[in-house]
Amino acid sequence: MSTSKGMNLTLKIWRQKNANAKGQIETYQLSDVSPDSSFLEMLDMLNDKLINEGNSPVAFDHDCREGICGACSLHINGEPHGPGRRITTCQLHMRSFKDGDTIYIEPFRAKAFPVIKDLVVDRESFDRIQHAGGYVSVNTSGNTVDANAIPVDKESADKAFDAATCIGCGACVAACKNASASLFVAAKVSQYALLPQGQIEAKNRVLNMVKQAEEEGFGPCSNTGACEVECPKGISLENIARMNREFFSASLK
Amino acid sequence: MNLDSKIPEGPLKDKWTNHKNNIRLVNPANKRNIDVIVVGTGLAGGSAAATLAELGYNVKAFCYQDSPRRAHSIAAQGGINAAKNYQGDGDSIYRLFYDTVKGGDYRSREANVYRLAEVSANIIDQCVAQGVPFARDYGGLLDNRSFGGVLVSRTFYAKGQTGQQLLLGAYSAMNRQIAKGKIKMYNRHEMLDVVKIDGKARGIIARNLVSGEIERHSAHAVVVASGGYGNVFFLSTNAMGSNVTAAWKIHKNGAFFANPCYTQIHPTCIPVHGTQQSKLTLMSESLRNDGRIWVPKKLEDAKAVREGRLKPTDIKEEDRDYYLERRYPSFGNLVPRDVASRAAKERCDAGFGVVNNDTNEGVFLDFKSAIQRYGKEEAHIKGIKNASAEEITKLGEKVIESKYGNLFDMYQQITAENPYKTPMKIYPAVHYTMGGVWVDYNLMTTVPGLYAIGEANFSDHGANRLGASALMQGLADGYFVLPYTIGDYLADDIRTGAIPTDTPEFEQAEKEVRETLEKFVNNNGNHSVDYFHKKLGRIMWDKVGMARTAEGLKEAIKEIAELREEFWKDVRVPGSIDEMNQELEKAGRVADFLELGELFARDALEREESCGGHFREEYQSEEGEAERRDEQFAYVAAYEYTGKPSEAIMHKEELNFENVELKTRSYK
Repeated sequence: MSTSKGMNLTLKIWRQKNANAKGQIETYQLSDVSPDSSFLEMLDMLNDKLINEGNSPVAFDHDCREGICGACSLHINGEPHGPGRRITTCQLHMRSFKDGDTIYIEPFRAKAFPVIKDLVVDRESFDRIQHAGGYVSVNTSGNTVDANAIPVDKESADKAFDAATCIGCGACVAACKNASASLFVAAKVSQYALLPQGQIEAKNRVLNMVKQAEEEGFGPCSNTGACEVECPKGISLENIARMNREFFSASLK
Repeated sequence: MNLDSKIPEGPLKDKWTNHKNNIRLVNPANKRNIDVIVVGTGLAGGSAAATLAELGYNVKAFCYQDSPRRAHSIAAQGGINAAKNYQGDGDSIYRLFYDTVKGGDYRSREANVYRLAEVSANIIDQCVAQGVPFARDYGGLLDNRSFGGVLVSRTFYAKGQTGQQLLLGAYSAMNRQIAKGKIKMYNRHEMLDVVKIDGKARGIIARNLVSGEIERHSAHAVVVASGGYGNVFFLSTNAMGSNVTAAWKIHKNGAFFANPCYTQIHPTCIPVHGTQQSKLTLMSESLRNDGRIWVPKKLEDAKAVREGRLKPTDIKEEDRDYYLERRYPSFGNLVPRDVASRAAKERCDAGFGVVNNDTNEGVFLDFKSAIQRYGKEEAHIKGIKNASAEEITKLGEKVIESKYGNLFDMYQQITAENPYKTPMKIYPAVHYTMGGVWVDYNLMTTVPGLYAIGEANFSDHGANRLGASALMQGLADGYFVLPYTIGDYLADDIRTGAIPTDTPEFEQAEKEVRETLEKFVNNNGNHSVDYFHKKLGRIMWDKVGMARTAEGLKEAIKEIAELREEFWKDVRVPGSIDEMNQELEKAGRVADFLELGELFARDALEREESCGGHFREEYQSEEGEAERRDEQFAYVAAYEYTGKPSEAIMHKEELNFENVELKTRSYK
């Protein structure tokens, strides 16, 4: 964990003053970046430098910095969350780059994710998809059956968990040539479809969530699998297949 | 002002039931005419917003993140406690209550803790009904694990992402109400002040973080669920945006702030790598189920490890000091967090630290024994006779991977070291704050109509929180406590009607918020906000951290006040107030931390004893264990704001223990 020699980098970053402004790529030089620093700590350094020089810092979304909140959302060298698999931008460390590298940093791009400022995008479309059916209609009174009253076979429970680990970052959309939200929607549909608690509303859920995703302007799925590759949580394409089965049977009534 | 905790009469086990039966209710038709503001959408705020909306109130929920799903409860890893006794290992409501009071070093309110234990079982039922995918065994029933400071397995979990799954459960309950129009959600909004009318909380001033617009929002009651203030230390396991602003603003408006010095320093975090570090990452306490903590026995070995001349795996068994097992044979590696953290500091201060950073702070967390143990077990299960050492290791690593795989990956990602092959390096870091806004049994602050729930209040964990109890408290407050108790207050508001925002009180509050923001952007100082935040963090860690002395605390109070003055003179905030401006957001938060830090140090100075997370070097036994002074200090220190933070008036709420005997906490 020792701090070895710092790296010198050229950063090409998307700057856009606000949603209505025209954006462009700006170039910055940054030196003495520790390879043990995270990618976002590198951006902190850049921002500190920009502020000290009297310039405006780069806006970007981030919060937990441990790969779980889903806030960070950068397109780095053409890939959502940058090089490396199964990690978010905040888990990317500078040791993945070399001294002298040029790094391109852009926001996630999709019609349904409009840019708010610089690298910050609006992902409320994801929330609205959840409003359309991402829940089990149970009152929060606590007066339900005992938690062990309905056993769930371990395999289904584990699969439901795997689907439920989606962090809602939007990398799947940013990776998709159609900007499809299928993996995101499928993760939630699958979680509930695999559990007895989710069965009762299964039909309406899948129909409503898929419809909402379309209305938000997310594209159709053409099964290229780019989403699965870029998903920081490794959400499986199997979930899309499961959603399609659910959708098909719900459509038949 | 006299502090009235409003603890109901009667035997401990009947208090909550009786209280629920006796408090006033609001009829469903009238609830439709009542608005409630909830600030923060973590486990406490999210579950409260959902439940209040479901009961029929009109809820306005606020979060600074772009979605309620991103609140920092999401990062909780290990689990949630509940007195279900599914394992038949002797657990009960009383035991959970007792463990929590003892774990909190006898500085919490008995009645609150008992209620928490009482509703804990319901939380699990509720979450399962919502589709939260907890870990299950092969029979399809829920699995449990064990956590520090207890002798039973009562922790429910979803791999290392329990907080995420519970928060997404609360978020789903919110979504159901958002879809119905019962919750109006304000994403990317930050509360910057509370508005009081005739002494009652009637609204907030919030800034829209996208447009910069300063907005007035009114309600009949305001619930603050804004989490803890660990980021006063700059480096902590909290999210970058976690802040004290909402809690501090209500403190400045009359809500007392209780026990600010009770801070949990979590023993198992990844050590600091260098000066560019922005935050620390926790490794779940669940790792202590299987990991053994040690440092080299010989100073020269520790030095050689730091300098990279000696590999930890080459240090012989007899040259290792498993200091927790040595000092605390009965709890071993599963002692409570405060005890484990101090023991690590003690070893590192003595020169045995193994990490090559400024302070050599770090110890090993080693899974080798567990890998061997599980490997042999697996070989036995699989009927492999005479398994080779290699085979056993392989099998054992598989078991460890299934239990902690995501944590091991996370560790490797950050440190570039493989924890299956070489021990993890860990060190304590600021993680959770037990102190917070003072509330009575109804979770109401000293301001009528103003509530504080979850980590933002002080109520349940005393001087030290047990692992897997934060999630329990957040959901207990939000799902099962506040929705009842708030009705008792709102019963007076059924005829009030909507609260107008075009009143002098709102105008004045908005004006003050705007002036502060403008002051920041017009200041044109020489240093960024982070510059000051890091300096504050250094003072806090060095003088108000794991070990505190009267002398150091006095220095800290002075230094923080000076730093605050420098901050206001010399901070540079670029941009304007009417746009998205992340530096402006940070400036406001750090300004509040600079005030809180001073009160924090003052509280630590007043408390001339060692208890839980608060350790005063002057008060320890010969063996270095914490020494409580129950005669003088069995009270809650609740501070009333008067202007200068360290000159706040201290009010005492005496703690009465009728159901447990105060003992020296022993984990030996």
